[in-house]
Amino acid sequence: MFEDFFGKFSRAFLEDNCSGLRLMADGLGKTALITLGSLVLGVILGIILAVMKVLPGKSIFNKILAGIANTYIAIFRGTPVVVQLLLFYFGICARIDIDPVLAAIICLGMNSGAYVAEIIRGGILAVDHGQTEAGRSLGLSYSTTLVKIVLPQAIKNILPALGNELIALIKETSVVSFITVVDITKVAGNIIAKTYEPFVPYLFLALVYLVVVLIATWLVGILERRMRQSDQR
Amino acid sequence: MISVKNLCKSFQKIDVLCGIDYEIKEGEVIAIVGPSGSGKSTFLRCLNLLEEPTSGEIWFEGEQINTKNCDINAVRARMGMVFQQFNLFPHLTVKQNITLAPVKLGRMTQEEADQRAMELLERIGLPDKADTYPIQLSGGQKQRIAIVRALAMNPDVMLFDEPTSALDPEMVGEVLAVMKGLAEEKMTMVIVTHEMGFAREVADKILFLDGGVIVEEAAPEEFFTNPKSERLKDFLSKVL
Repeated sequence: MFEDFFGKFSRAFLEDNCSGLRLMADGLGKTALITLGSLVLGVILGIILAVMKVLPGKSIFNKILAGIANTYIAIFRGTPVVVQLLLFYFGICARIDIDPVLAAIICLGMNSGAYVAEIIRGGILAVDHGQTEAGRSLGLSYSTTLVKIVLPQAIKNILPALGNELIALIKETSVVSFITVVDITKVAGNIIAKTYEPFVPYLFLALVYLVVVLIATWLVGILERRMRQSDQR
Repeated sequence: MISVKNLCKSFQKIDVLCGIDYEIKEGEVIAIVGPSGSGKSTFLRCLNLLEEPTSGEIWFEGEQINTKNCDINAVRARMGMVFQQFNLFPHLTVKQNITLAPVKLGRMTQEEADQRAMELLERIGLPDKADTYPIQLSGGQKQRIAIVRALAMNPDVMLFDEPTSALDPEMVGEVLAVMKGLAEEKMTMVIVTHEMGFAREVADKILFLDGGVIVEEAAPEEFFTNPKSERLKDFLSKVL
């Protein structure tokens, strides 16, 4: 049983001077790049969209901004990310020569932004209004108060939820092979196409995702503890 | 210094302030008292436009501040405010709380602001708390630091919104002592308070608000010993 298992592993990953493993490593690199790229884009977009939704005052300008943000969120949360990828890469970018990895980062980042926006909006609303009043009463502008006082507290509170989003993103990147990106999932599929033995490569693939997610969880935990410094009595 | 002309404020259909006229002069200490729901806090918060007046005018140092053209941030930088719930920034150390606004608004460099913060902390006897976070402080310490944070902007007037109402009784004194020190330095102060003894001792004028209007205004002795309106007599009989 174990010999058989090892034999399958060896055929899949270790033959030809470990070519299978090296392909997996390349694929993992792409998975990591797409995850990090779309996370950064998602958080930046999320903050912008959240701020568009929480702006005080009832001017028409603010209503338009909130309307744009709401529409954006409705569209990106309301359609499958695979469909967005296909539409973006094969539809919108059909005539442009765009690197599929970049297309994947843009598309997953824009999708993630819709979810992160609602997380951040919740975080902003949870910060006591007295904080804003204190900042404004000192003469700070709305934007300075938001950036220096409200957002740091909001981000600290929503870090667990953002960690969730990071984990979801890591796993969600497994759909990028739809637009020809050879990520780690696609590499495993390619290997199976050669060896006709799906169990061991897919099991190994699952293990790699698990380890990556565990590392990400650990890193988020460190960040969270660091940001909780000011909570210690 | 601050003049209020026919100030009205309504929240939805409830009229909280119904036509307040008052003139606060430089160096005066004004205490505002009255039953809860009388509009004291709303009146105070209208002075620096944390509440937008529904109608009426607020003038500060010769400029009408409740107009579109007024740079409200510049006005607020000259008006310090202290809140009932302290509202210190929990993610910043005590020193960062004090220096944030002066540095961000370009009044001082970080070094100058740090030095000024330490001077102010010396003055309230808390220099050893400079690098701690607000959560590690008692209520009285928090409120004294909140006062100092407002003072760091060198304001022309200080607004106090029930500064001792959220404190344990034994901590009220230390906060009132800091405020008394300010009054002795001729800082212009507007104080919404329930501390009648403090108002009597420190204020130049006491305003009695009820039902959104100034029912009575008088110097402290007159106010407590010879109240004219029935409502003030009734109020004093309950709180003294």
